[in-house]
Amino acid sequence: MNNTTDNTTRAPAIKMADLGRNAQQMNLAQETTSIDVQKMNLYYGKSQALKDVTLQIPKQRVTAFIGPSGCGKSTLLRSFNRMNDLVDGVRIDGEVIIDNQNIYAKGVDVADLRRRVGMVFQKPNPFPKSIYENVAYGLRIQGINNKRLLDETVEWALKSAALWEETKDRLHESALGMSGGQQQRLVIARTIAIKPEILLLDEPASALDPISTLKIEELIHNLKDKFTIIIVTHNMQQAARVSDYTAFMYLGKVIEFDNTDKLFTNPSQKQTEDYITGRYG
Amino acid sequence: MKTNQETHSTHISQKFNQELEEIRSQLLEMGGLVEQQIHDAIQSLTEGDTLLANEVCEKDHKVNQLQLDIDEQCTKILARRQPAASDLRLVLVVIRATADLERIGDEASKVAKATLKLAEEGTSPRGYIEARHLGNLVRKMVQDALHAFARFDTAQALAVLQEDKSVDLEYQSATRSLVTFMMEDPRAISPVMHIMWVLRSLERVGDHASNLAEYVIYLVEGQDVRYTKTEVIEAALKHPKHSEK
Repeated sequence: MNNTTDNTTRAPAIKMADLGRNAQQMNLAQETTSIDVQKMNLYYGKSQALKDVTLQIPKQRVTAFIGPSGCGKSTLLRSFNRMNDLVDGVRIDGEVIIDNQNIYAKGVDVADLRRRVGMVFQKPNPFPKSIYENVAYGLRIQGINNKRLLDETVEWALKSAALWEETKDRLHESALGMSGGQQQRLVIARTIAIKPEILLLDEPASALDPISTLKIEELIHNLKDKFTIIIVTHNMQQAARVSDYTAFMYLGKVIEFDNTDKLFTNPSQKQTEDYITGRYG
Repeated sequence: MKTNQETHSTHISQKFNQELEEIRSQLLEMGGLVEQQIHDAIQSLTEGDTLLANEVCEKDHKVNQLQLDIDEQCTKILARRQPAASDLRLVLVVIRATADLERIGDEASKVAKATLKLAEEGTSPRGYIEARHLGNLVRKMVQDALHAFARFDTAQALAVLQEDKSVDLEYQSATRSLVTFMMEDPRAISPVMHIMWVLRSLERVGDHASNLAEYVIYLVEGQDVRYTKTEVIEAALKHPKHSEK
């Protein structure tokens, strides 16, 4: 609202938003865009799940999507690697631009897109294989069988996922014998092993205990130098803790997208305020 | 988003509503007590009422106790509710405000102690009128700041900030005339010094009231306006874009 140009001539130049310290915070306008969503509408059959969504996800930052159940945050997240294509009766218009290319254009290689945009789900889903083979899986699919390269990548991915110390002596044991929190970090290691640009996390910690949750959050913090991370979470404190930017969604629309500090201390929209403070909408 | 009086009573959790309402009303209670303390302290000084002065000194522990109670309540809310947005700002503002109110209480005690000293050592020949005048000004500031807090009224908060300028001027001119008087009559130095300290205390009360007013603006607008010039705050509050919200 404050961005619009002011035509009244006698208006004082100072706005409330210019006071205080908000002006010095991280600012969306200064970020490089990683995913550019333009006027996106998504329908599941007759019901519209996303309504005219336009937003720019900043590069190498953590962006959180929050909102009540059914607001479209998971749908939006899944649309970034075309996971919704697998749902019957989905219709999409608008554009999602990654690396100057609309990923919904004709002729886009979806497998390649999903290599660049990795995803981790709510429940850890390791393959019934060894820890090593889980992490090496993506590389093997790409046809990489060079043992040294595989060893190096597995070690790097497990170290990046803060799992190396716990697993280095049992790399060839089954991944199903790990705890839930370890499995989730293994899945993250598997995802980052193929070096995607973007990491989509759909409630990655909601099935985990508080300590494992903190480990995942710490991991997110450490990974953001290398990847653009987008996280969907029901846990608002988690969004507040891990993200640089937060988008609040409601009924398929992005209501407010701003610096996380700003959004959680002084949101500009009433709906955002009501949601994050636990009020009736 | 701007906050108003109703903002904190619409949570899904009724208990949370109650908790926030409680710290709000407790802060106002503390404010009322402190305001009374200033009033009584000034009255004790101008009327030489040592009984009243003793009462003010004794009541100070009540103010301190309230600060501890409210702060504890706020700590519990932070730990258990992890408030965000306007709720968070309310809790932070209450914590800060208790500190300022407690200091105002201390200043009131200092004035009361001066009453006792003057009763012991002989009254001052000058300065009571100035003290009463300045005292009334700052007491009104505290009162207005508390009203602004109770009603989420930024216009009144701004008025308090503006009033602080006249308090400063009043303080300067009063001390100047008392210094002149002491130069003329060195025998008066000791009692007049007590009055000087009283004036100093009252001027500090005005500063604390200004702090309270700044917290009200933070509470309502979400912008921290400490160390911001009053004219700038005024301009921002009167910006046409702002009044649309």
